[in-house]
Amino acid sequence: MKSLAELQAIRDKMKDKVVIREGTNDIRVVVGMATCGIAAGARPVLNALVESVNELGLSNKVTVSQTGCIGICQFEPVVEVFEAGKEKVTYVKMTAEKAKEVAESHLQGGKVLTEYTLTEGEL
Amino acid sequence: MIRSQVLVCGGTGCTSSGSKKIQEAFKKSIEENGLSGEVKLVQTGCFGLCALGPVVIVYPEGTFYSQVKPEDVEEIVSEHLLKGRVVERLVYNETSVPKEELQGGVSLNDTDFYKAQHRVALRNCGVINPENIEEYIAMDGYAALGKVLTEMTPEQVIEEIKKSGLRGRGGGGFPTGVKWSLCAPNKADQKYVVCNADEGDPGAFMDRSVLEGDPHCIIEAMAIAGYAIGATKGYVYVRAEYPIAVARLQHAIDQAHEYGLLGKDIFGSGFEFELYIRLGAGAFVCGEETALMTSIEGNRGEPKPRPPFPAVKGLFGKPTVENNVETFANVPQIILKGADWFASMGTERSKGTKVFALGGKIKHTGLVEVPMGTTLRQIIYDIGGGIPNGKKFKAAQTGGPSGGCIPASLIDTEIDYDNLTAIGCMMGSGGLIVMDEDTCMVDIAKFFLEFTVDESCGKCTPCRVGTKRLLEMLDKITSGKGTLEDIDKLEQLCLYIKANSACGLGQTAPNPVLATLKFFRDEYIAHVVDKKCPAGVCKDLLTYTIDKNKCIGCGLCSRNCPVSAISKTDYVAEGHKLPSYEIDPDKCIKCGVCMANCKFSAISKQ
Repeated sequence: MKSLAELQAIRDKMKDKVVIREGTNDIRVVVGMATCGIAAGARPVLNALVESVNELGLSNKVTVSQTGCIGICQFEPVVEVFEAGKEKVTYVKMTAEKAKEVAESHLQGGKVLTEYTLTEGEL
Repeated sequence: MIRSQVLVCGGTGCTSSGSKKIQEAFKKSIEENGLSGEVKLVQTGCFGLCALGPVVIVYPEGTFYSQVKPEDVEEIVSEHLLKGRVVERLVYNETSVPKEELQGGVSLNDTDFYKAQHRVALRNCGVINPENIEEYIAMDGYAALGKVLTEMTPEQVIEEIKKSGLRGRGGGGFPTGVKWSLCAPNKADQKYVVCNADEGDPGAFMDRSVLEGDPHCIIEAMAIAGYAIGATKGYVYVRAEYPIAVARLQHAIDQAHEYGLLGKDIFGSGFEFELYIRLGAGAFVCGEETALMTSIEGNRGEPKPRPPFPAVKGLFGKPTVENNVETFANVPQIILKGADWFASMGTERSKGTKVFALGGKIKHTGLVEVPMGTTLRQIIYDIGGGIPNGKKFKAAQTGGPSGGCIPASLIDTEIDYDNLTAIGCMMGSGGLIVMDEDTCMVDIAKFFLEFTVDESCGKCTPCRVGTKRLLEMLDKITSGKGTLEDIDKLEQLCLYIKANSACGLGQTAPNPVLATLKFFRDEYIAHVVDKKCPAGVCKDLLTYTIDKNKCIGCGLCSRNCPVSAISKTDYVAEGHKLPSYEIDPDKCIKCGVCMANCKFSAISKQ
């Protein structure tokens, strides 16, 4: 090791790989991954979210995890966003493409994509 | 892209409860389920909850699975990793956090065991893979070394450590910065940094866990110490009984070399540092610093008189700084976060945190790290989960065979160096053995003394002969042949040994006797005057009796008695068909088999 810059480069490269273990993030994104969710295509959604969060450099702010059945199987794949002090946002009938948009607009920009959320009329 | 990480503990505790098999099962199951690209399996160091091993933590949820068996792995993979359903039956979920505040199940951060802790020395243990230097670097590893070599002078480094108030974690509590500053000005062609990993106290295993779980932080800290005092070589003296620690440390040293973090011209500063491992054969006296250095030199491990102090004339006759593993583990954090940050934790004269190894009669045996000044009650009840089987807390032994006991009446003592010394105990390396009402304090004193008698190196008379005489007196007392005079003589001899022994081993060996005499003198008196052991431990003072009215005459005790001391009587109790049995006290060897076998609770001891 000849310089601090070299050390910094390794740190930056590795940071995203271990940050997941700190578990102190402000925003939690949960993907419903029960049988219904998986059948409806939740896996690509989850993977797209994980990738986007990393690409956008949000991994020290956002935790993406999976959960079981949320209970609204006809709207799967379902993605829920929890943020301290704010109301929960529920996105329904997600796809990998929509997930990328949510990451950019909501998780990074703070703007909820209401066209993908669950509205009372639908329930 | 990795979305989930499975951490399997590879510390000694979990390895012995089968975590290697768990790792293999996870590897296989993750592959079979096609999750290799999404889920990463990581082997870590000790997380601390050894009583509940093997331990598995799944991130990002932080779900804490305990006592996992190989057959459970398939379920965790197919349910949790594949479908996101936490396997509730395996989750360790002792928490006082209200259910509604928990999102998505109990994470380890919510458990009572973890929440009250503050991890500095153990911060990476159970979090990173100790065999991967890059994970350590990701957690700001080697940044402190970089900062020291490029921005600070050796004097500034010593000043920072002094200001932090860090004191030796091996037991003595000598201020680390002062130790370094005593060595730095001494001129010599070679100086040394030595790490004392000869963890000998029965029950203490924090040094092992740091070496196993975060070996790079010791390498980094020793290099920092080397820069501060002008040493270019370091030795880690570690017990050969710690094979995992030795292997991981060697692996870490090799990796550090590969990355240029050991060797010549580190960070282009011109500073060079080499590190070597020396294995100890397990002699307790080699934890004493002069004996340790004598052993590294290849001689029989015996202490030397001081002065000259090691800072002047230490290893191979050269100026040397010797610190304990846990002390070193704090150093990189102090450099990175500053002395004020470190000094903000703890009490007036004991700064920072301390790791304790909980053992004995406590629910959660394991490793915990708390700020100095935490009370014994918080450690035992809030973190340790209390005493099992509803028994009463009697005392806790700190500092192993060199320390003393804290009785129940002092459970609210804030633990730091000075408070413990004030009540006649010592911090020691941090072993904390909890005892309940079934423990005989005279027997405990005898137990620790047996250890020091075995481990005395024999160089000086007070220790070699004195401790043996102490043990004989205790034997006399526990066998019911003691007199009140013996108790006085015991105390006198203790003080004599303390005052006249050559090294720390002898000077502290009488502490368990003195502390129990101070707090539990009534138990000694009961042994001597009433010829009774109040806790029912000392065999020679026990009598087993059969309640003839409870005995139904089944004869089970008689058949199981190894010395045929139990025989039938003529007495038939009212409502019983068969005559009761009785024990011949002259034949009875007090093994307790009869009592353990009696289904009618007719046999008692007192």
